[in-house]
Amino acid sequence: MTDKLGGVLIIGLGNPDRGDDAAGRAVAARLKARVPSDMRVIESGGEATALLALFGEMDEVILVDAAMSGAAPGTVERFEAHEAPLPAARFGVSTHGFGLAEAIELARALGQLPRRCVVYAIEGRSFALGDPLSPNVETAVDAVVARILDAVYERVD
Amino acid sequence: MARKTIKVDYLARVEGEGALSVTIRDGRVTHAELRIFEPPRFFEAFLRGRAFSEAPDITARICGICPVAYQMSAVHAMEDALGVKITKPIRDLRRLLYCGEWIESHTLHIYMLHAPDFLGYPGAVEMARDHGDIVKRGLDLKKTGNALMSLIGGREIHPINVRVGGFYKAPLKRELATLNESLKRARDQALETVRWVAGFDFPDCRRDYELVALSHPDEYALNEGRIVSNRGLNIGASEYDGHFGESHVAHSNALQSRTRDGGAYLVGPLARFALNFEQLTPLARDAAKQAGIDSPCANPYQSIVVRAVETLYACDEALRIIAGYEEPDRAFEPVEPKAGLGFAATEAPRGMLYHRYRLDDDGAILEAQIVPPTSQNQATIEQDLTVFINDWVDLPDEALKHRCEQTVRNYDPCISCATHFLDLRVDRG
Repeated sequence: MTDKLGGVLIIGLGNPDRGDDAAGRAVAARLKARVPSDMRVIESGGEATALLALFGEMDEVILVDAAMSGAAPGTVERFEAHEAPLPAARFGVSTHGFGLAEAIELARALGQLPRRCVVYAIEGRSFALGDPLSPNVETAVDAVVARILDAVYERVD
Repeated sequence: MARKTIKVDYLARVEGEGALSVTIRDGRVTHAELRIFEPPRFFEAFLRGRAFSEAPDITARICGICPVAYQMSAVHAMEDALGVKITKPIRDLRRLLYCGEWIESHTLHIYMLHAPDFLGYPGAVEMARDHGDIVKRGLDLKKTGNALMSLIGGREIHPINVRVGGFYKAPLKRELATLNESLKRARDQALETVRWVAGFDFPDCRRDYELVALSHPDEYALNEGRIVSNRGLNIGASEYDGHFGESHVAHSNALQSRTRDGGAYLVGPLARFALNFEQLTPLARDAAKQAGIDSPCANPYQSIVVRAVETLYACDEALRIIAGYEEPDRAFEPVEPKAGLGFAATEAPRGMLYHRYRLDDDGAILEAQIVPPTSQNQATIEQDLTVFINDWVDLPDEALKHRCEQTVRNYDPCISCATHFLDLRVDRG
């Protein structure tokens, strides 16, 4: 099992105080108790260079983040970011829009992208300070937890 | 602005919102407005009723980039309210922790956010494709800052080891010594960084700012000192509210800080460098001179060089502190809750960060006031835009917008406290 999972890292991203922005972190928190002990699960604020440092020598990373694309709240999309950049990710437009999409592209530019880099995006509704997760996002968080666990145990079996 | 926030960042780090609008009439900038979003307002309310001991952990959540600054201003203000005196080893450790944050925060801004402006790249990713080794140097330098924060703070993001009175656990001398090698490498990298950014082309823009920073006779002030200015101000933190005030401005939910006579002022690297140059180490002073940066430096576009000099200083200072560190007998001083009023200002990477707390008999927080550096710089940023952008009004919209963003980036506006002004409007009438 160790060989199969030791090189996999799961990172849940977001700001815990900003409503649905915490969706990725909620996935990580719920996964921590349920994945095999040799599998690393981390919560992160999502700053790009911190993520890059976490990628390190990992063979595979699974990232979960909140999204704001205009889709219905709770919509989950899955991207294989080792194949192509995240859609609509543009760089340098904002002063501080320096997060997941930039981390992945920076890693790609520097030849440091893990062999597999899968991103789950959970569409949020409210990002207000102090808000809890929206009901649809709660449901989506559990769904993503289940999908990741399925993938993990499929590999162990 | 053709693009909206929503479309630009598919996976949004929604930590702050803001907008910048510039009005141009008859070829001159007549008005510039920077709207920023301010989590401190939320946290001030959130802190009321909480125990004094919770302030460091709660305020650390305000900013993912400078949690230590919030913790340091919080613990010093609480210790002021509760009459706690800390020991020298604790003081040293706090300073060392702050050095870690300066290294990581300054390096992030220099390499990832600001340098691309000067080298003509839209962002760090494009810069990394052409200058991979330089970006790797920046990442390695930043990692040393993070290692320092992890070792002393317990964690690099939102350190958990800081408490009122000291630390939950003090590191051993031999634990700190493990950082020497990477800090020496970081010091070399910081020196290379100074030389690298000193070679950029800077617009010839100067203004006569009111510069405000903490100042201490024996050291480049981080945690402790008087609040001084180049206009003769010299006060303690408890007098801050008498000399500076926050007021609502029509275009922003945020409060804007000004001096009591209504003037804009500037905090951060340029202010510290001007007011505390003599307290830098010889290595940092020489590097600045060789880089052609005089103190005071009145060109905000050169703040990137001053940040590099301060990063060099932080590496140098961290090595000095580690060499002289003596393990404390106890990791924290005992703290008895009581009613009180406490004030503190410390130097966040972006500039002075002021906290004030009023506590009840049980040490519960009755009032909290937090004035982040970005809201203190906001009025100055707007003035910079109004003055400097005049030289560039004939540029096409996109180029002009880029100049505006670059001008705001001179101040390294805090990711959480003031960001994402994707919504940038130029009104040419």
